[in-house]
Amino acid sequence: MGYKAKFRVWRGDAGTGALQDYEVEVNEGEVVLDVLHRLQATQANDLALRWNCKAGKCGSCSMEINGRPRLGCMTRMSVFSPSETLTITPMRTFPVIRDLVTDVSFNYEKARQIPSFTPDASVKPGEFRMMQQDVNRSQEFRKCIECYLCQNTCHVIRDHAENEAAFAGPRFLMRVAELEMHPADTADRRDIAQEDFGLGYCNITKCCTEVCPEHIKITDNALIPMKERVAGRKYDPLVWLGSKISRRPKSEGTPVAVRPAAKDAT
Amino acid sequence: MTQLSEAPPRTRAQISERTLRKDPWWRTPAVVAALLTIWVLYATVRVFTGHWYWVPAYHYLTPFYSPCVSGECVPGSSSLGQWIPALPPVIPYAFVSLPFVLGFRLSCYYYRGAYYKAFWRAPTACAVREPHASYSGETRLPLILHNLHRFFFYVVVLISILNTWDMVQAFRGKDGSFGIGLGSLIMLVNVVLLWGYTLSCHSCRHITGGRLKNFSSHPVRYWIWTKISRLNQRHMQLAWTTLGTLMLTDLYIMLVASGAFSDPRIFN
Ligand code: SF4
Ligand code: SF4
Ligand code: FES
Ligand code: FES
Repeated sequence: MGYKAKFRVWRGDAGTGALQDYEVEVNEGEVVLDVLHRLQATQANDLALRWNCKAGKCGSCSMEINGRPRLGCMTRMSVFSPSETLTITPMRTFPVIRDLVTDVSFNYEKARQIPSFTPDASVKPGEFRMMQQDVNRSQEFRKCIECYLCQNTCHVIRDHAENEAAFAGPRFLMRVAELEMHPADTADRRDIAQEDFGLGYCNITKCCTEVCPEHIKITDNALIPMKERVAGRKYDPLVWLGSKISRRPKSEGTPVAVRPAAKDAT
Repeated sequence: MTQLSEAPPRTRAQISERTLRKDPWWRTPAVVAALLTIWVLYATVRVFTGHWYWVPAYHYLTPFYSPCVSGECVPGSSSLGQWIPALPPVIPYAFVSLPFVLGFRLSCYYYRGAYYKAFWRAPTACAVREPHASYSGETRLPLILHNLHRFFFYVVVLISILNTWDMVQAFRGKDGSFGIGLGSLIMLVNVVLLWGYTLSCHSCRHITGGRLKNFSSHPVRYWIWTKISRLNQRHMQLAWTTLGTLMLTDLYIMLVASGAFSDPRIFN
């Protein structure tokens, strides 16, 4: 049943490296990660790769397989023909530590900048009540396994590293949307979504959605609804007219992005 | 000797290939570019033709000429009356509605994504490096104007009502009483799908219920939102089928109006 597959694996550190050719045995039912482990065990003991669960749930084994960002443990060898050469590279958007292992700390920095859940201070712990229909939307986003394939694929930073400071990426704009849709959250993050987290950079080309292994509809259910909320605050002609006529108080409670003073990207 | 060596600064993997994808990633954007170009060329020619837009016997008016409000509109085609005298031919007859319909489609979330890929190549396909030196997305003029999509939505709802009115008028025979022809049915299908496209709009989804934080305290709006959300999943398909039915409806009315084809009557 087994066959020898041709693999080209990017090897190197600190950014410089090259694709190296290998021939590795493949058995029935295996995934790309299995074959890379065999490569590591039999031919390239020093091959660095990250993995943990082998079940598509830890988000560690993100890589690019034939140019497509995917999880190594969820990509079956049976989708490739035995004669095909598989090219395996690290995620291109993040700095390489070694071989297929990248430094994804960009994502942790962005995560920390988002003002966290802000409930009504007068409601005491234990008093929150929520109905299922109120949390359905957030629960879709909560399926995220933090593999950062979406962050890696988004062309806003993948092709333009200079946008890294201004753009939080789909994963974290989705976090902003999740809090905005939370029935017990009182903060208004619409301004900072646009100004600090760069929602306007997203041109809804849906590559984040295309690569998400959890099949979260990031663009349709988080980014576009968030763009609509921003439009409602900043650009809606009827809302603008209504605010002129009714003199309703401007939305309150706009928090500020948490920007660490030191070590911020410039 | 005891000095620790600095680790070299980490950089992204230096890979010169624009993409390592082997699948035909260029195919979808190429097809989208071709179809949109064909459609725009057809529509441009048609809105400036200035004739074959109205079938007096059966009250068929092509959506590309509705509403017809200027002096040169043939009698009967002006359902909203004639507001101004004849215009020079560089101005399409439906100058009242076309800018809004065009603006609605241009600022549609689906079309935006599609033409950014097909024409602007930002990016052509996912994980394929784009050719631009810098990128600011929809943060500046003119693209920031896409935030006005909702405004076009409001106007296009009114235009859809007008299209519905035109369609109802098309269910009449030569004597003016009820009648059905192939043209009436084509117009009916077109209008139903146009409503589907308009109501499946992301702005509509937001306005009707998506903007709420709390669904459980707004059960009616929540119900509407779930229906619009279902429709919204078909938004791309509706965007394409309505381009098709718009073109087909116009082509059919053009053929009948020019006498090249006679409308088969089903009833009266
Ligand atoms: S839809 Fe927006 S966030 Fe997602 S990949 Fe495209 S530009 Fe990036
Ligand atoms: S949203 Fe999807 S692609 Fe992005 S980090 Fe989460 S699981 Fe991965
Ligand atoms: S190893 Fe956990 S997701 Fe692949
Ligand atoms: S019409 Fe496509 S999103 Fe509004």
